Amino acid sequence: MLEIHGLTACIGDKEILKGIDLTVPQGEVHAIMGPNGSGKSTLGYVLSGREDYTVTGGTATFNGLDLLSMEPEERAAAGVFLAFQAPIELPGVNNANFLRTALNAIRRAHGESELDAVQFLKLARAETKRLHMPDDMLKRNVNVGFSGGEKKRNEVLQMALLRPKLAILDETDSGLDIDALKIVADGVNALRGPEFSALVITHHQRLLDHLVPTRVHVLLHGRIVRSGGPELAKELEKSGYASLIAEAA
Amino acid sequence: MNFLERYDTLVGKLPGDSALRAAAADAFRGAGLPGATRGRPSEAWKYTSLRPVAEAKFRNGAPKHETETILARLPQFNARRLVFVDGVASPAAMTDDGIATQDKSARLPVPIAVSRFADQPDFGTLTWPDREPMVALNTMLAEDGAALHVPAGQDGGSIQLISIATTDADLHPRHCIRLDAGAKLTLIEISAGAGTYLLNTVAEIHVAEGAHLTHIRLQDEAATAFHVSTTYAEVAASATYDSFTLNIGGRLSRTEVHANLAGANATAHLNAVQLLGDSQHADFTSVVGHIAPSGVSRQTVKNVLGGRARGVFQGRIKVARAAQKTDGYQMNQALLLSPDAEVNSKPELEIFADDVKCSHGATVGELDAAQIFYLRSRGVPDAEARSILVRAFLVEALDAVSDETIRAGLERSVEAWWQRHPA
Repeated sequence: MLEIHGLTACIGDKEILKGIDLTVPQGEVHAIMGPNGSGKSTLGYVLSGREDYTVTGGTATFNGLDLLSMEPEERAAAGVFLAFQAPIELPGVNNANFLRTALNAIRRAHGESELDAVQFLKLARAETKRLHMPDDMLKRNVNVGFSGGEKKRNEVLQMALLRPKLAILDETDSGLDIDALKIVADGVNALRGPEFSALVITHHQRLLDHLVPTRVHVLLHGRIVRSGGPELAKELEKSGYASLIAEAA
Repeated sequence: MNFLERYDTLVGKLPGDSALRAAAADAFRGAGLPGATRGRPSEAWKYTSLRPVAEAKFRNGAPKHETETILARLPQFNARRLVFVDGVASPAAMTDDGIATQDKSARLPVPIAVSRFADQPDFGTLTWPDREPMVALNTMLAEDGAALHVPAGQDGGSIQLISIATTDADLHPRHCIRLDAGAKLTLIEISAGAGTYLLNTVAEIHVAEGAHLTHIRLQDEAATAFHVSTTYAEVAASATYDSFTLNIGGRLSRTEVHANLAGANATAHLNAVQLLGDSQHADFTSVVGHIAPSGVSRQTVKNVLGGRARGVFQGRIKVARAAQKTDGYQMNQALLLSPDAEVNSKPELEIFADDVKCSHGATVGELDAAQIFYLRSRGVPDAEARSILVRAFLVEALDAVSDETIRAGLERSVEAWWQRHPA
């Protein structure tokens, strides 16, 4: 269970999160919606431990662990996974090696044995097949020369292999056509279960047709201003954020 | 005994043109070791001082270390080996194909003639001992070296030219490589050793019309050693000199290359990687002379510097008035892994022709924070993430080596360096 209380964070002098309260119980998928600049991506980064952001107050715990005091790799080992809005290119790093290094780092942290190249490739090929990804994506350098859709699918592949307990998807749907969107949604749906929870950050309701959330929260100016069931996303699709912005003003 | 005293005892006993040696001795007497004499250092030695070389005591005595042990540490390149131990051709250290350089012109299975340098007519035809003190030193003291000659139109395959130092000596090998018109050769030049020694190599390379020389160099000297090498390459019309240097060893090293694109449509690649830690100092200095029209030169030199290491890059491209349509490119990149590491970069363009395309650049940086975070967010610990990214930077640099077997060998050397110097 993810529990966030009074979380505030800034980048430089600019306060972006102004007191977030949010609870995501185990087994639930929550969507975070909101206009540009409302702090959605910042929330994802702060939870996964990016150093550019300074947490100025509040708490965030995951299954009782104080996330904010942990290194990014410790959070990953605890099961937190951030699917990047703009996945990073790693020239000179082979994708299969990258995925195996990540998986083995997490296995090591759990006291499990590491997978050798053969064991890993068998696993990875099964996942690429399931996600309708060409095998050569494993051979290429991480995200280098990938199309926007391929980069997003590569994020989903990482998630599928690392099997997180809390996935934070930061606009993983942006720039995807409807087929790719379904693949992403299927990738998350495949992981759904009593021990998996997700925070799905999105602009659009479209993804939520395929990845039906338990709850929807609207983030505005660094605060959650409304929460509701899946119907809230549909309502926002119709009315936009304007009325909420007016309410908040 | 200092260098000049030794020369005096050797006068008349050394092979080759004695007048050339006498002139070189005069030049060295006047110049001394760069940085070790009074007064301002010359511009060419602005960032590298050989004072530690002047202060070291070299004794040209019996071997103190096993040649085979040192050879065993080197990557295998699956190419015939020509081994010089303490500056002298060593038939004992040859591979099975039995290359015997002691014979005047022993034939290799492929058409390369090998002989001692002094029997070659090329000794000193490309060098400038009066301008380069270390070349003067080599010219006055050189006793042995390889002379490889690939006849016109022949493919000489691959050959390793290995220098092993086993004692605290000063060594001055002198190599001459000649490819006749349309010939091909891959030369893998390796130097390694144990102890506090100076290896001061000079190579004169002639690549005739339409010939293609791939020159791979691995400098993996002992951590206490000094390495100076000066290479002169004369590249004729439509010929290619394609070189890649990996410098990972030595306490202090200077790699100097003079490449002359002397004929039309000649090509020179002078790529290098310097991987340094602790208090290593490595200087890569190059002068590319575009003399004839339509020459192409490419140079990417990457430095990875940790500890208190210092990397130097000096690169000059000179384009003569006649060298119209020259296409020159030069890039120097440095990755600093520690706050105490330092890089000095001095790219220079001297252009006298009016229709040329020349560019150069230099970047200095640390590892990319977004890339580190991406890896850490996937569970990879910080130190491992940094190590992966440095290796990736190096892998990209090694991509300049097209031969997969050679590249794999160099990658093993990089990996071994990395094991010795964890980030």
